[in-house]
Amino acid sequence: MPSRSPILVLLLWSLFAGSAAEAQQKAGPTSDNIVARGEYLARAGDCIACHTAPEGRTFAGGRAMPTPFGTLYSSNITPDRETGIGKWTAEDFYKAMHTGRFPDGGLMYPAMPFASYTKVTRADSEAIFAYLKSIPPVNQRNREHDLRFPYSNRQLILGWRTLYFNEGEFKPDPTKSAEWNRGAYLVEGLGHCGMCHSPINALGGTAQSDAFKGGLIPMQNWYAPSLTSNREAGLGDWSIQDISDLLQTGVSQRGVVYGPMAEVVHNSLQYLSDEDTRAMAVYLKGISEPSPPPPASSVLPTTESSLLISLGKTVYDKNCASCHGAQGEGKPPHWPPLANNQSIEMQSAVNPIRMVLNGGYPPGTKGNPMPYGMPPFAGLLSDNEVAAVVSYIRTAWGNRGTPVSARDANELRSAPLN
Amino acid sequence: MPIYVAIRNQPDPVLEGGDVFARNAALALAIATLAACNVAAAQTANQPPDTMAARVEACTPCHGNKGEGTSDVYFPRLAGKPAGYLYNQLLAFKNGRRKYPPMNYLLEFLTDPYLQQMADYFADQHPALPPVVASDASQEVLQRGQSLVTRGDPQRQIPACGSCHGPALTGMEPGIPGLLGLRPNYISAQLGAWRYGTRTAKAPDCMQQVAARLTEEDVTAVAAWLANHPAPVMNAPAPKGTYVLPFACGSEPE
Ligand code: HEC
Ligand code: HEC
Ligand code: HEC
Ligand code: HEC
Ligand code: HEC
Repeated sequence: MPSRSPILVLLLWSLFAGSAAEAQQKAGPTSDNIVARGEYLARAGDCIACHTAPEGRTFAGGRAMPTPFGTLYSSNITPDRETGIGKWTAEDFYKAMHTGRFPDGGLMYPAMPFASYTKVTRADSEAIFAYLKSIPPVNQRNREHDLRFPYSNRQLILGWRTLYFNEGEFKPDPTKSAEWNRGAYLVEGLGHCGMCHSPINALGGTAQSDAFKGGLIPMQNWYAPSLTSNREAGLGDWSIQDISDLLQTGVSQRGVVYGPMAEVVHNSLQYLSDEDTRAMAVYLKGISEPSPPPPASSVLPTTESSLLISLGKTVYDKNCASCHGAQGEGKPPHWPPLANNQSIEMQSAVNPIRMVLNGGYPPGTKGNPMPYGMPPFAGLLSDNEVAAVVSYIRTAWGNRGTPVSARDANELRSAPLN
Repeated sequence: MPIYVAIRNQPDPVLEGGDVFARNAALALAIATLAACNVAAAQTANQPPDTMAARVEACTPCHGNKGEGTSDVYFPRLAGKPAGYLYNQLLAFKNGRRKYPPMNYLLEFLTDPYLQQMADYFADQHPALPPVVASDASQEVLQRGQSLVTRGDPQRQIPACGSCHGPALTGMEPGIPGLLGLRPNYISAQLGAWRYGTRTAKAPDCMQQVAARLTEEDVTAVAAWLANHPAPVMNAPAPKGTYVLPFACGSEPE
């Protein structure tokens, strides 16, 4: 992956800054009210998810965020002069979003997704700031982070930045449509999709060349699939309508969202306009790469795995077929199909195993306010049965996944749930 | 941690809530979308039944088809409890004030109006109460339980449980649950959860104040007596405002 000196990045940025103008023109709602626009953009950036504690005051911070290095606590971003960002200028705010630095020049932890927000245009940053200035101030002191040595030393962030941070506003690709560019701006910038949908390395960074290639989210044990490979969540063979439904309502004819992705839809994506949703869909469909041929091994199960799979069919017919159908056809969008559902065929079996153990509801959204749910099977099925049924759904009906072991199932029983 | 968690057959997931992305926020819904119509249009032939019963199938392996409870002694009955009470519990699970990770997880991204509908649904179910299982507690223990439930212990400032849960212990609309038809293990686990802080109700959390004054022996005694006491035929909660509570409860607005 490319490691660049920040100075070079700055230089490049100032060279290209001028051409970023186009993407910022089309901002969500037609209202020219800057505060309303800022509110909409804050939704697109999902600021609320991190900056509001459960049952806490909106944007007053204090949400605990466990990381492999200790626990971070998000900041109060209400306009309180003493404990929030009431004394900040629009310039300070832009600097935070764009460069990941506090007004005094100090470095922010990259848990604040400035590595994505750096793409946000100046005008959009100012609208978000105007909105944040308009909400009620809350006097609530920031809680200190609880990080282990040496991570408590902010100087370490410098190293991270050199390796993984590319400062610079979004640059539209002139060879692509305005719609594609708008989608790219939202996905790469405010949407900070790459923060999860990229392989996370030991330093907690995302290498630019690996953007959107998928990865296991640390601390959570959910796999955020690649958005470029059609063998994962690449959407190359999805219709624009199905992608838009998935992003806006959480359910679609092809599959549903769950786990951390349910949060993203619930707090952020459901609020985006039809035009912006469509733009994201067009972009996501566009970045999918041609699929490599499936691994041959998956077609020929060993004796052991064929036994597992026949047990799996028994478990499936008894516990799952009533909703997902005898042939895995489901009753979409509410009871998702399992046949030809790429989200269960991926090489990583973490998600389907967790789905079976934990069950779930798709998020409640304006487009799907009363979702149907799936019961957790952790207390009903043994490790062997979980492995068997997951192996079955990954290989039945022409699905091209691989069998999983009882050990894989057992390990995920202790994955954190909230 | 209360022992009841440890003996379930799933390992106890990390209880400390809140990670970077398991986030929630109850917010007003705003933008009407085209996609909404598309989902509605797809509601044609091959769809799950458009009923609450089908929507709560995620709950019934633990709570029973009509919320009557299951053989697991820690999985509570939901049927017939006051809707306001059930709603408060669902909110508390959603927001992590009451902790049981499998439920916290299921409810995290559901909207409050939908949780209200789930609460209404289970409040409207009336399957038969389970038969009372004779208690193996001693007469002495049962008497101590009866005395605490019906008279309290003024010296230790413990009000009679019946002063809030009703003279017939059937609870009161909207927020106070009845205490009959529950199993002893569940009752002691809940009282324990209040004492350990894993269950909290809306402030002022009167039930926490009561539970904090009970000893282990008190808990065993009230749980044994309550579980041993048959519910009246009319087990419905009393209407709102039927009697005055000894002190304020956030769950039961005046
Ligand atoms: C994934 C979680 C996450 C999201 C999403 C997020 N933030 Fe943050 N933010 C943080 C964390 C953590 C910090 C503290 C960083 C530190 O201490 O170095 C922070 C710090 C900040 C600060 C500095 C506050 C201060 O008083 O120093 C501002 C301003 C801010 N965020 C604004 C935003 C805005 C605006 C959005 C949405 C566009 C947003 N954040 C989205 C996690 C997040
Ligand atoms: C908090 C981490 C996180 C963020 C941020 C995030 N995702 Fe996801 N996403 C996931 C996980 C985990 C999954 C796998 C679970 C699932 O399929 O719903 C997923 C799945 C998906 C899927 C596949 C769904 C399917 O059924 O195959 C798509 C498409 C997707 N995400 C798009 C996005 C887009 C676009 C963004 C940015 C707007 C985004 N994600 C941001 C974690 C995240
Ligand atoms: C009561 C109906 C019901 C039953 C029974 C049921 N499911 Fe589900 N299933 C659902 C629903 C609803 C979802 C969407 C949940 C979500 O989004 O969190 C789902 C989602 C899934 C997914 C993720 C699909 C995707 O699009 O990524 C898998 C895998 C799955 N179920 C497997 C199973 C297996 C295996 C069983 C039996 C052990 C089972 N389900 C039993 C209703 C059911
Ligand atoms: C894995 C089993 C399981 C599933 C699935 C489950 N619950 Fe529960 N539920 C429990 C347990 C155990 C408790 C008691 C938790 C405690 O100890 O506080 C409980 C408590 C409750 C309570 C509080 C009852 C009272 O009297 O205080 C309500 C209400 C409730 N659940 C509703 C639901 C709904 C609605 C669903 C489906 C969306 C659901 N539950 C799914 C196991 C489950
Ligand atoms: C001051 C009023 C008050 C008194 C006195 C009181 N309770 Fe409660 N109790 C409540 C309220 C209110 C709730 C519901 C709390 C909530 O919303 O979670 C409750 C809930 C409960 C529950 C949970 C029921 C369930 O289904 O989960 C139990 C068990 C309980 N009380 C037992 C007792 C016992 C035993 C006593 C006597 C020692 C007692 N209470 C005395 C007000 C009271």
